[in-house]
Amino acid sequence: MENKTEVIVIGAGPSGVSAAIVLARAGKKVLLIERADNAGDKNMFGGEIYTKQTLEIFPNFIKEAPIERPLTEQGFFLINNEDSVKFSYKISPEKEADSYSVIRSKWDRWCVQEAQKAGVIFAPKTLVKELIVENDKVIGIQTELEKYYSDIVIIADGVNSLLAKQIGLRKEISDCDVTVNVKEVYKLNKEKIEDRFNIDEKSGYAAKILGGPLKNMFSIGFMFTNKETLTLGVGISLDDLKRLEKKPYELLEEIKKHPSVSNYIKGAEVIEYSSHMIPEGGYNKMPKLYKAGVMVVGDAAMLVNNVHFEGTNLAMLSGKIAAEVATEALNSGDYSEKFLALYDKKLRESIVIKDLITHKDTVSFLKKHIKTITELYPEIACEMFKVVTSASNEPKKIIYRRFFMKLIKSGVIFKSIPLGLFAIRKCLEK
Amino acid sequence: MNINEKLSTLKYNKDKDSHLSVDNNICRKCIKKVCTYICPANVYEWNDNSSSLIIRYENCLECGACKIACEKNNIQWRYPSAGCGVKFKNG
Repeated sequence: MENKTEVIVIGAGPSGVSAAIVLARAGKKVLLIERADNAGDKNMFGGEIYTKQTLEIFPNFIKEAPIERPLTEQGFFLINNEDSVKFSYKISPEKEADSYSVIRSKWDRWCVQEAQKAGVIFAPKTLVKELIVENDKVIGIQTELEKYYSDIVIIADGVNSLLAKQIGLRKEISDCDVTVNVKEVYKLNKEKIEDRFNIDEKSGYAAKILGGPLKNMFSIGFMFTNKETLTLGVGISLDDLKRLEKKPYELLEEIKKHPSVSNYIKGAEVIEYSSHMIPEGGYNKMPKLYKAGVMVVGDAAMLVNNVHFEGTNLAMLSGKIAAEVATEALNSGDYSEKFLALYDKKLRESIVIKDLITHKDTVSFLKKHIKTITELYPEIACEMFKVVTSASNEPKKIIYRRFFMKLIKSGVIFKSIPLGLFAIRKCLEK
Repeated sequence: MNINEKLSTLKYNKDKDSHLSVDNNICRKCIKKVCTYICPANVYEWNDNSSSLIIRYENCLECGACKIACEKNNIQWRYPSAGCGVKFKNG
């Protein structure tokens, strides 16, 4: 048959390219399809790739890939109306960083070049209109121009996955299962970045921002240092945007103006604005992952650990596991649903689904307590530091008493009990 | 920085046809018109005079939020043609 290969991978993001390169290294014929002119053109993220899982796919990435900075310091900003409490975890400069900031247009392109070196055929500027299904088995793809056939198709088309939906693996996504993320990238010279974040050329800073303009919604702000740019963005649950009738880019503007953030980006030119959704449905909303002739990986399969902000690593791992199962299937000539169930099984044995199961009820739990987390905690934290640091003319005892009364009145202790119990349950449950 | 200034930082390759469409008869009955505020690219605007939705599809960032958010399930959403639409350089 013409236009026939062993595996077609749809989407050249982290999950797709990982699947493709692992298959090619196993000697399989792979066609990697991307709708954009170049890999990475359509991609945006809240910015880090994870060392451990990336090394499994690209052992040479630290030396050879276009990485920006090792993220040696992770900060957390709890912001109140005008004040804030900031803290950060900084690793020793001798240690390998757990993650790196990258710019997707450069990073994704490099990954695809590595895949091509391993033998993957890359077809950019190709839009898959639909999957070709015969006798309930996926046998190929229909692009805008022609049909291609393969023994196995791997769907890696991202959060909106129209293809997983087409073949009934997933239903419509609902507004509580995604966050809308908007970010800006700022041009700032290297020295200024390093001065502002107290880092050197071999280190980098990332921050998560909680509260302030984002209070009372399931949301987070994020900031990343690149080599000569800074990234600042916000992600907000779509149901909260609807409920509060907020525009995502206006929330970004509010974060930018907050005194805890504004000086980092001062005088820096915005060189790009962008937006993307993150799947947040977790285990309960994970689609069926396979069917005869087909497997789903990465964001298309909702494989995101939103509690720890992990996504690209789970995408890469799922791509790798799907590729390993596809290799076995090709070797045995069996592409049936029964055989490909092995992908589901292996994914469940890996951290991908184990972690999703651990947090299957965490998002809905956090949403119930969102006011405490995003409004009360930043407020109390600021209040506490104010008590410790401000030298006023009032006697300390009165200040302590006022703070104590605030703790009681705000109910912060009482409201923290369920959060504490939830954390304990997560540690103990099987 | 307003949304038009934000969008002016982006590179697009405009598709000749819109990849987004709605049935205005359904939009007329919609009270909240969620699409007019949740869209990160401000693609949708309600025009009272023509009683229809203005869709600036050429500004779309292809995030997919509108399709999910629409309470009437009335947004036909697909990807722009291959190679068309937004092109992020610093994503």
